[in-house]
Amino acid sequence: MTSNEQAAISAEHLVRRFGAFTAVNDVSFTVQQGAIFGFLGPNGSGKTTVIKMLTGLLPLSGGDASVLGIDVRKDPEGVRETIGYMSQNFSLYTDLTVTENLTFYGRIYGLSPERLRKRMDEIVELNGLGPYMNRLSAQLSGGWKQRLALGCAMLHEPKLVFLDEPTAGIDPVARRQLWDLLFELSGHGITFFVTTHYMDEAERCGHVAYIYFGKLIADGTPDELRELPDVQPQGTYRVEITAPQVTFALRHARTIAGIRSATIFGQSIHALIDDNLELEHLRAQLERHGVAVAEIRPLSPSLEDVFVELTTKRQAAQEAASG
Amino acid sequence: MVNPFRGFSAVFYKETLHVRRDFATLFFSLIIPILQMFLLGYGIDTNIRQINTVVYNADGRQESRELLDRLRNSDTFRINRYVSNDQDLNDAIISGKCRVGIKIPVDYSDKLLHQMSAQVLVLIDGSDSSVAGQAINVTTAIGLDESLRRVLANSDAVFAVDMRPKVLFNPDSRSPNFFLPGLTAVLLLNVTTFLTAFSIVREKERGTLEQLFVTPVRPMGLLLGKLLPYLGIGFFELVMIVSAMRFLFQVPIHGSVVLLAFLSLPYIFVSLSLGILISSKATTQAHAMQLAFLTILPSIFFSGYIFPRETMPKFFYVLSYFVPATYFINITRGIILRGAGWAHLWVDALALFGMGTLLLVIAARRFHDKVITA
Repeated sequence: MTSNEQAAISAEHLVRRFGAFTAVNDVSFTVQQGAIFGFLGPNGSGKTTVIKMLTGLLPLSGGDASVLGIDVRKDPEGVRETIGYMSQNFSLYTDLTVTENLTFYGRIYGLSPERLRKRMDEIVELNGLGPYMNRLSAQLSGGWKQRLALGCAMLHEPKLVFLDEPTAGIDPVARRQLWDLLFELSGHGITFFVTTHYMDEAERCGHVAYIYFGKLIADGTPDELRELPDVQPQGTYRVEITAPQVTFALRHARTIAGIRSATIFGQSIHALIDDNLELEHLRAQLERHGVAVAEIRPLSPSLEDVFVELTTKRQAAQEAASG
Repeated sequence: MVNPFRGFSAVFYKETLHVRRDFATLFFSLIIPILQMFLLGYGIDTNIRQINTVVYNADGRQESRELLDRLRNSDTFRINRYVSNDQDLNDAIISGKCRVGIKIPVDYSDKLLHQMSAQVLVLIDGSDSSVAGQAINVTTAIGLDESLRRVLANSDAVFAVDMRPKVLFNPDSRSPNFFLPGLTAVLLLNVTTFLTAFSIVREKERGTLEQLFVTPVRPMGLLLGKLLPYLGIGFFELVMIVSAMRFLFQVPIHGSVVLLAFLSLPYIFVSLSLGILISSKATTQAHAMQLAFLTILPSIFFSGYIFPRETMPKFFYVLSYFVPATYFINITRGIILRGAGWAHLWVDALALFGMGTLLLVIAARRFHDKVITA
């Protein structure tokens, strides 16, 4: 299961420096074939740099990486032959028709005319672009543009596709459809490396990694991450407090001994509390402050909780180290 | 091994589609140079033609009418007014209606018939020195020519052999012949450099360039694929400019048109490479526009197009060797005006080809590095 022959991506101690600045600092992870790997992190944390290193655009300052069994250091062109890549803005030529865009990318990857025609038929069947083949891609809606872009990235039947923020600026229906498509394709053994800012999308990934200021601070399945000791320290548990006046409730919740942290989520508060603080006791204390409490129930952490928790821990550690 | 031109045919296919789709831009970028040619071709005319001229012909006989015809045929004068006294002749010039007044005396024909010297009064408005100079030269020349013809007809042949009226008088000396061949170089630069620079910067703006770099396309394949369709367009533009020059401006081409077409290819290649180099630096189309204009100025001022290179200060003279237009202007003037051939011009063509290759290699390297450091 974890042997390197099977891995779609194997990154070992990746380092990338730009002068004195270390953009990627000792990053290691393995992506299994057929997985949907969610790569998360704030802007400027090194996500794009890692993608550029894995696609052979950026030489490694240290470490090793192999993509589909090809050593990125030795054969960066070979990597680019075999992978698919879809950039944030879908990178379509808007003054070209759907067919022409597909033909262009097919030729880029050196597909023979017969294979191009066959692949185009398959792609069209998969993404339903059939009725729009002769339309300029400028006239397509965001969701269709994205499907076309994905089609272009997959013409040459790559086993691994990098999707950089594939759903930015796309309506919710199209987002849902894209994910359905990704699940279907991953069922056929295709691996997806996806960056995203949407936490609900991160939850859908079978494997998630979180990069923060060039360091990988989380790597595992969403469930594994929820169980991390940093996220769920010994002797604590999470609760959701639903209250009509959330901000008022939050102000008082933070004063109660036994509540380690609390944040607002919509109409409720997510709080990390000590094991010895009983739910009944918590309710009583809040009501003593005049907070009307509708409901308190235990909660397992969301991925957002996980990343917020990990990030604040890091920040605190960094401040301690520098100050 | 890795094919350095990987992706060339795909990019070529795509670029031709872009060009076809954006026909309006293409049309205007082809038409505007022709319009510029008209403006400059007529505007930069340093030879003075069609000067408004008033005539007081007191004689009115056959000989006097012949003289007027000769003046008219020189193309320098346009006789737009006839008067019948000295006062009106003066007034026409003073009022600015005419710049030149010609008075043929009443005894003009008589004096000629009696082998005497006939005097023609030429009044010239001196407020425009170039007009005045031209008028003096041409009228004197016509007078001299006229006298010579009469001397040759009536005296013995010894006189005629030493005199060469052609040298004294050249009614065909037109400035378009000198300006338009040079202008071709500047106009071509306009189309080619701008179009290529824009086509790549547009891909940067749209983010499609980023996508292309993650495909197996190699920088050289990308750049040549982009360059070649525009080489075709640049060549087409050259054909249009040369046709307009030949047939509309009546500039005779003394050398081989085929050679001119062939030697224009390295020049178009240089201008395209320059556009690509610009696009490796510029991030927006406005930025590309500014940089492209920067290349136009040396092509106009340091190429010998306006100021002869020989009279330039040493520094600019040396600088002119680095301006591609210098070589191409030598090629166009050489072929069109002097009838030069391959033996005279191959060095210029080689210099252009070398420059183009160098620029393209630098551009390809810059694109490669840009991806790496971005």
